[in-house]
Amino acid sequence: MNIRAQVSMVFHLDKCIGCHTCSIACKNIWTDRKGAEYMWWNNVETKPGTGYPTQWEDQETYKGGWEKHNGDLKLKLQGRTQGLGNIFFNPNLPTMDDYYEPWTYQFEELFNAPEGDDQPTARPISLITGKPIDIQAGPNWDDDLGGSPVYAKNDVNLDALSEDERAQMQELEHLVFFYLPRICNHCLNPGCVAACPAGAIYKRGEDGIVLLSQDKCRAWRMCISGCPYKKTYFNWSTGKSEKCILCYPRLESGQPPACFHSCVGRIRYLGVILYDADRIVEVASAVAPALVEAQRTIIEDPFNPDVIASARANGVTDQLIDAAQKSPVYKFVKQWKIALPLHPEYRTVPMLFYVPPMLPVLAKMKDGQYDIGALDREGLHPLISSLDRARLPIKYMASLFSAGNTNLVNMVYHKLIAVRIYMRSKRVNDVPEDEVRQALALGGTTAEEVEAIYHLTAMPTFEERFVVPPLAREQAIEATADPFTRKREGGFGFRKAPVRGS
Amino acid sequence: MQNATPLNVVLYVVFPYFAVGLAIVVTVMRYFNDRFSFSSLSSQFLENRRLFWGSVPWHYAITLILGAHLAAALFPSLWGDLISSEARLYVMEVTGIALAVVAILGLSLLILRRLRDARVRAVTTWMDWLLLALLLLQVILGFWIALFYRWGSDWYLHIAVPWLYSLITFNPQIQYVTALPWVVQHHFLNAFLIVLLLPFSRLVHLLSFPFTYWWRPYQVIIWNRHQKTDKT
Ligand code: SF4
Repeated sequence: MNIRAQVSMVFHLDKCIGCHTCSIACKNIWTDRKGAEYMWWNNVETKPGTGYPTQWEDQETYKGGWEKHNGDLKLKLQGRTQGLGNIFFNPNLPTMDDYYEPWTYQFEELFNAPEGDDQPTARPISLITGKPIDIQAGPNWDDDLGGSPVYAKNDVNLDALSEDERAQMQELEHLVFFYLPRICNHCLNPGCVAACPAGAIYKRGEDGIVLLSQDKCRAWRMCISGCPYKKTYFNWSTGKSEKCILCYPRLESGQPPACFHSCVGRIRYLGVILYDADRIVEVASAVAPALVEAQRTIIEDPFNPDVIASARANGVTDQLIDAAQKSPVYKFVKQWKIALPLHPEYRTVPMLFYVPPMLPVLAKMKDGQYDIGALDREGLHPLISSLDRARLPIKYMASLFSAGNTNLVNMVYHKLIAVRIYMRSKRVNDVPEDEVRQALALGGTTAEEVEAIYHLTAMPTFEERFVVPPLAREQAIEATADPFTRKREGGFGFRKAPVRGS
Repeated sequence: MQNATPLNVVLYVVFPYFAVGLAIVVTVMRYFNDRFSFSSLSSQFLENRRLFWGSVPWHYAITLILGAHLAAALFPSLWGDLISSEARLYVMEVTGIALAVVAILGLSLLILRRLRDARVRAVTTWMDWLLLALLLLQVILGFWIALFYRWGSDWYLHIAVPWLYSLITFNPQIQYVTALPWVVQHHFLNAFLIVLLLPFSRLVHLLSFPFTYWWRPYQVIIWNRHQKTDKT
């Protein structure tokens, strides 16, 4: 056993309202700079949809993540020699057109325009060339277009569905959609780290945050392809790659990351988990349908004395262990098993987990009436959601969150539906008792657990959502400066402005 | 020393020492004071299609050509053995010329791309243009020499290598080079000019070729304090 601590996350998709507050909070702090305009370390995409960058999930094109090759785990992108051989031209690199070309407007034209019959306009100009551009795409270009023949239709995850299932998604007003906020997953087996020829990307031993050294990066660009989630970005101005840093300077001063803190839907949870680092490769190598289960097993019980002893031996502090014992992530992922990793089949062992959104009930318009039908096959009344009559096929969710294992997704939904039905009966008292019992049994859960899930989902306090571990900021600073000097000077990061080299 | 006119001394003694000395000092200073600026400054993200046809041929061809120059200078006797057979000498010459053509075409494409693509132009500095011009000049001169002053793989050993050795051993012997045709002289001088520009330009990326990728562990873990070995 080789226990390390990892700051990890849960996003509860049912609560995301797609407001993009998270993205804006992040952008204002980190990427409001030249060369980073197009970057959204946190982005919220509409699913079904092609996402950002367009079709990032298409690993036949981008070759992100790992694959099994004769039983061994191999980067999909490259072997070592191949990686160095492709250094002059990375054949699997998304270009700016796969994101969008950033632009601004010539606002001064509104003031300078000579008097005339027409309203003056502010023309869009490219932030790269400074020339007028014809805008082709922008941030969240496909926002809410869950039924779009251009975007939603090209969602890679639809490949897993039958014609009927696809048609069913179009049943009502031709669309169904939900939001998928994405940040760096701070994976246990990161593809970006492995793909970087310069070794510029690393995982912090103490907390597992994946960082990209701006001093070591030489713009070889392999991380961008190597990360299957496309969460490293190339700064076209400085010639360095950048990525989400999980707001480590905020974490180190006890605050949750900006996107977490500002989240309007309060969908975000942050906590520490303890995991066995000796088992990373084993877990990442599991057969596809077993990947999620395997990933759950690598997360160890923070109350187990053996685990605690091994963690201590690795320098995990008592405060961190204490935080791990209170971690909401541990509850969602390991205890309740209702939070799943995004695309575990990329085999990077991501540390951001999602509680899948409730599936809207497949209803038909009958004589101008919204008809959801009677009892479903499982003997439950469709209540907000129904596994049997879901408009979003389980296979679609399985393609996103369980490497195609529909059983696993079913289990999650059974439990989530049990929470709905149980709480409905408790609050409104209009569900037959049999049905409540039936729902709890199907969900493999108890009234007690349901109450706990309900509490952490609907009523959590700030401190319950964010169990920010006490990271030793002074130790983190030691690497670059004497903490006492730094204490006087304040601030973090670059001493000099990050200017492009000549 | 023959031909030791002041100009020749400046060109073939002072200038090479100055160029290499400055290159070393500035590179080291830049590395320790401004490591952030070390980057290949790739523009692939802005333009992808034309880059392929320029960058790949250029880099591979120039690396091989440069490698041959270095190999011959470092292992002259081995190199001598290598070209001792007529067949091998022929192969060497033809390969050299072919690589020069590939390098020239690749670099020209890169220059055209930079001129024509507005996005790439936006990230191009005057130093980039200067460097591109010097590199193009250098490969064209090299090609010219390969074409009109045949058997360079051989005479390089007896003319350039001794001169370089004399420089390295701080016993400069300029008579090896001063009587050479101007094309060859220009090739030598331009080479040192490029060396001189190395630390001032994006050419520093050449020094950071990531060899370690061949053997480093895939996953990199860095601890703030205690250093642990990691197996993954
Ligand atoms: S701020 Fe929260 S609710 Fe709003 S889009 Fe982001 S994750 Fe969703």
